[in-house]
Amino acid sequence: MEMILAGIREAIHLLISGDPLVWDAAWRSIWVSSTAVFIATILGVSIGTFLARHRFPGKSLVVTLFRGAMGVPTVLIGLIGYALLARQGPLGILELLYTSWGIVLGEVLLALPIIVSLTHGGIKNLDQRIPETALMLGARPLQRWSTYLSEARLAITLAILTAFARCFTELGIAMMVGGNLKLKTRTLSTSTTLETARGEFPRAVAMSLILLLIAILITVVIAWASREERE
Amino acid sequence: MMHLKLDAKQERTASAIGSIRQHMQTTNMLKKMLLFGGLTTVCLCLVACSKQPDLPSKSLRIATTTSTRDSGLLDELLSVFIQDTPCDISVIAVGTGAALKLGEQGEADLLIVHAPNSEQQFMSAKHGLRHAPFMKNEFIILGPSADPVNIRQLSPGEALQQIAAENHSFISRGDDSGTHKRELELWEDVKQHPDFEAYHESGQGMGNTLIIANQLQAYTLSDMATYLRFRDKIDLVPLVTNGSSLENRYSVITVNPAKNDKINSETARQFFTFLTSSKAAEIIADYQLHETALFTPLVTPQTP
Repeated sequence: MEMILAGIREAIHLLISGDPLVWDAAWRSIWVSSTAVFIATILGVSIGTFLARHRFPGKSLVVTLFRGAMGVPTVLIGLIGYALLARQGPLGILELLYTSWGIVLGEVLLALPIIVSLTHGGIKNLDQRIPETALMLGARPLQRWSTYLSEARLAITLAILTAFARCFTELGIAMMVGGNLKLKTRTLSTSTTLETARGEFPRAVAMSLILLLIAILITVVIAWASREERE
Repeated sequence: MMHLKLDAKQERTASAIGSIRQHMQTTNMLKKMLLFGGLTTVCLCLVACSKQPDLPSKSLRIATTTSTRDSGLLDELLSVFIQDTPCDISVIAVGTGAALKLGEQGEADLLIVHAPNSEQQFMSAKHGLRHAPFMKNEFIILGPSADPVNIRQLSPGEALQQIAAENHSFISRGDDSGTHKRELELWEDVKQHPDFEAYHESGQGMGNTLIIANQLQAYTLSDMATYLRFRDKIDLVPLVTNGSSLENRYSVITVNPAKNDKINSETARQFFTFLTSSKAAEIIADYQLHETALFTPLVTPQTP
């Protein structure tokens, strides 16, 4: 228990003293996961809406696959990312292994199934009269889509939040694809693992607490922003 | 005044109609937003592409054992090396087994490892170009200070036999690291299979393994540098510390550049030369924790 208290003290100390390693890792965690969630949102909301509003053969299989993919362990995505991006892998030419963009790529794969599935569910759940009314009022395809999105905004906000929470705290991808390189690909979660391995427990607890603090702050900001949109 | 009572569904539809009207007016804005989103994505991709050329071509990728990184020695050596040879260095800290794998696959340019037998195999398979031991310390067998099965005074092999015979808990790394390889060699030397009931594999790094062994008051094999880092956090004490079979030799290997054209063999050669120089030897000899030198250089340090 003493360790946790020491961790809280250490966290406050690290934040006040502006330890460059902490700020670097915190900023990278935020940047990498926001970029990944941003890309995954553009792709995922489109795919999710499409799946909810269109019929084609094999659709239920696609939906099931996306839902199943929500449970893929991050370490597996990390391993796949490594195999793809390694110098000898099919995408080795991009030289993205052990870079932040490599982590972004892996986290897009992590976030995409979540956003697709939750968007699909949210739009599927809308009152059937909404699309009918939109069609009746002569809304064109783009207008119909924006209506669905606006009506399902709570579901979509939750989808984005869930994806963000998963990406922001994940460890497997950052470790495998990022390699935990100091000042290059080290994130708050890989820092926590490293400090634990080094036996610097208060520092490890502090890193996790900072991670938690930022996660809560960002959740509050997103929730607040999506509420403002309602007015 | 007419009073209309709407049920929840009608209300919802009414609000939807309102929002559809509103949206039809704001379609232009939405188009702009989508355009903006698309453009941002394109920009991000462009940044991603433009970022890559300056990254690995001049960068040196080192795969190292965790003990050299965790001890802080590698950072010290690198900071001196970079002063003379400015370059971008990435350090990937993994177990020796994983480091050799990275070398074999051509994913790293230079390796720092400590498993002489595996290194020999690596070199004879032509995976490496240059190989040189450059520093050493000792492995130690740690255990509870009460030493329940009396291994003090024993040789490393006898100590392990004793632990197995008494079926006392022993925590193995079990992660194919240099320390794990050595432990298996020690068992093999005394023709003992580590398959007794109280033998456990943690599958984790040395630090975590020490913590587990400490909680279970078990015996374990550790390298000196990691033990010194954890000395104040655990109650286990070194019980067997002598014997040539406990020597822990660290070597540097440059990866064979024939593996692929991305291997930075020039900087790897420079760092190899640096590590085996008397200048590096002096830094290694001076690197202390708790007033104990963590490593002994194998090259004579330069005299100031």
